[in-house]
Amino acid sequence: MDINAGATAWVLISAGLVLFMTPGLAFFYAGMVRSKNVLGMLMQNVFAMGLISILWVFVGFSLAFGGTNRYIGNFDFAFLRGVVGDVTKAADLPGYAGTLVVPGLAFMAFQMMFAVITPALISGATADRLKFGSYAVFIGLWSVLVYSPVAHWVFSPTGWLFRRGALDFAGGSAIHINAGIAALVLTMVLGPRRGWMKEAMPPHNLPYTVLGMGILWFGWFGFNAGSALTADGLPAQALVNTHLAAAAAMLTWLLVERLMAKHATTLGAASGAVAGLVAITPCAGYVNSMSAVAIGAIAGIVCFLCLKLKFALKLDDSLDVIAVHLVGGLLGSLLLGFFGDKSATGFGTDGVFFGGGWGLLADQAVAAAAVIVFSGVVTWIIAFGIDKTIGLRVSVEDELVGLDQSQHAEAAYQS
Amino acid sequence: MKLITAIVKPFKLDDVKTALQGAGAVGITVSEARGFGRQGGHTETYRGTEYKIDFVPKVKMEIICDDGSVDAIVDAIKGAAHTGKIGDGKIWIVDVERMVRVRTGEEGVEAI
Amino acid sequence: MKLITAIVKPFKLDDIKDALKAAGITGITVSEARGFGRQGGHTETYRGTEYKIDFVPKSRLEIVVDDSEVDGVIETLKASAATGKIGDGKIWITNVERIVRIRTGEEGPDAV
Repeated sequence: MDINAGATAWVLISAGLVLFMTPGLAFFYAGMVRSKNVLGMLMQNVFAMGLISILWVFVGFSLAFGGTNRYIGNFDFAFLRGVVGDVTKAADLPGYAGTLVVPGLAFMAFQMMFAVITPALISGATADRLKFGSYAVFIGLWSVLVYSPVAHWVFSPTGWLFRRGALDFAGGSAIHINAGIAALVLTMVLGPRRGWMKEAMPPHNLPYTVLGMGILWFGWFGFNAGSALTADGLPAQALVNTHLAAAAAMLTWLLVERLMAKHATTLGAASGAVAGLVAITPCAGYVNSMSAVAIGAIAGIVCFLCLKLKFALKLDDSLDVIAVHLVGGLLGSLLLGFFGDKSATGFGTDGVFFGGGWGLLADQAVAAAAVIVFSGVVTWIIAFGIDKTIGLRVSVEDELVGLDQSQHAEAAYQS
Repeated sequence: MKLITAIVKPFKLDDVKTALQGAGAVGITVSEARGFGRQGGHTETYRGTEYKIDFVPKVKMEIICDDGSVDAIVDAIKGAAHTGKIGDGKIWIVDVERMVRVRTGEEGVEAI
Repeated sequence: MKLITAIVKPFKLDDIKDALKAAGITGITVSEARGFGRQGGHTETYRGTEYKIDFVPKSRLEIVVDDSEVDGVIETLKASAATGKIGDGKIWITNVERIVRIRTGEEGPDAV
């Protein structure tokens, strides 16, 4: 097929929208840490925009979308060899023949922004105690050894989970389950913040967090609707679903919070919206509008209840990456097995509630389990290796004085 | 009555508060302060230019107590604020001539 | 000369300032402080976890006056800072041995 101007424009704009989510995430997280670690948190997020972008064009994109192997890409597109704007169409990418209408370079750029934000998601779990240099090494290795293979399995038409029939519209398993389980494992190796469960560590600036949520919600339109890679009814449905799920999740989170913890809070509104956005991500183009409301509503309740998980696991998942991203991603991926509705957009597969039987749910479960096992194991190997060599954690003094001063020799707030 | 003023490391605030409660102090006033002393400061770097930050963040605590409680309170602060590293802070005591509780107008030890 | 220190509720600051001005007081130093006392703190809830915030925001006023003015200032402070609710604050007086106006080098009551 020829390149379609409308689709290309939408995918390029979406690349910008998704890029903007990373600084959005930075503010979402930075508001929740203590005032001595704000810059450390902002830095871990924006640094991914630098490092992962370069790794992506060198090898990451090729390992995710090159070749026809089921489990890993190859080096055909390393250093963007052959991926040029004018000549190469997305249709020339392995597996995409005849289906894509945007240039390969636009597709590569759009996918690059997903690669950037995924390791940044992990930083919320390890707040206030990870050495900056070790973080840099970790996300670099993780992006190449974990993200690229998993993206290949799930997003590339030649990947084994894609071929099997597992659906992931914009990254429920490849991004949120993947980053969520990595956060859990990295936190296990890293250990808790000094004083966790002993002293109060309340958020230092919730206005930042609410601002970050707003940027994330806005950018998520590109994340989900851009994943259509077309400019027609499919992205329209995906965009509406994205919005409705965020809205519904905000409401149910606040409701449960009001009932169980006495107050509806701004942090609850921000967290609920993000939980809904996470949950709708795998479903965005495959469910109808009212199902999106239901998925969001369920996510708001379940993710709130799962905040207690970290205490049960005795893991200092500082900013609740497990409850929001791992649980939200799992929930969305599995709920698609129930709510999948091919009549909504003409794409996807019918789930249990739409006469499709249990087949899709089984495929979704296999995909989720595969990502959890692979990402969990490889993340542990990387984390353990770094901890035994250059060390993951800052020294006690550096942790007490804060990451801003000890890692970056700066202060966020001059007095 | 005496006014005990202590300058301590900020991250020790919670420990000191707990110790003071144990020593019978009823009220504590805390404010942010910056200190310049033997501890020295640190450097911050902005676009390659180093800035020497001489003033180190500190917490200033003020406690009013009757003369008989001074030693116990000083010991509590000493014990809880101590890290053994330079910059642990200082405690000083001055005499309070008169003390008033705003709400009731009570004066003296009753007002503490 | 005496140093009058008062710890008051921050929202009363304007009333107090006006009352002191009317009483002829020319200089007040105000700083932010946090207090821990009978008033108790409050709880904040973040993602379902409750945090006990023990320290309540307060304002600290410092006024240096001539000995003869102490009673008047205390009455003014009591009247303007009181709400009748717990946590209205405290006033204490300490002796000032020497005071200097930096600009002129004046000392004693002239420097107040």
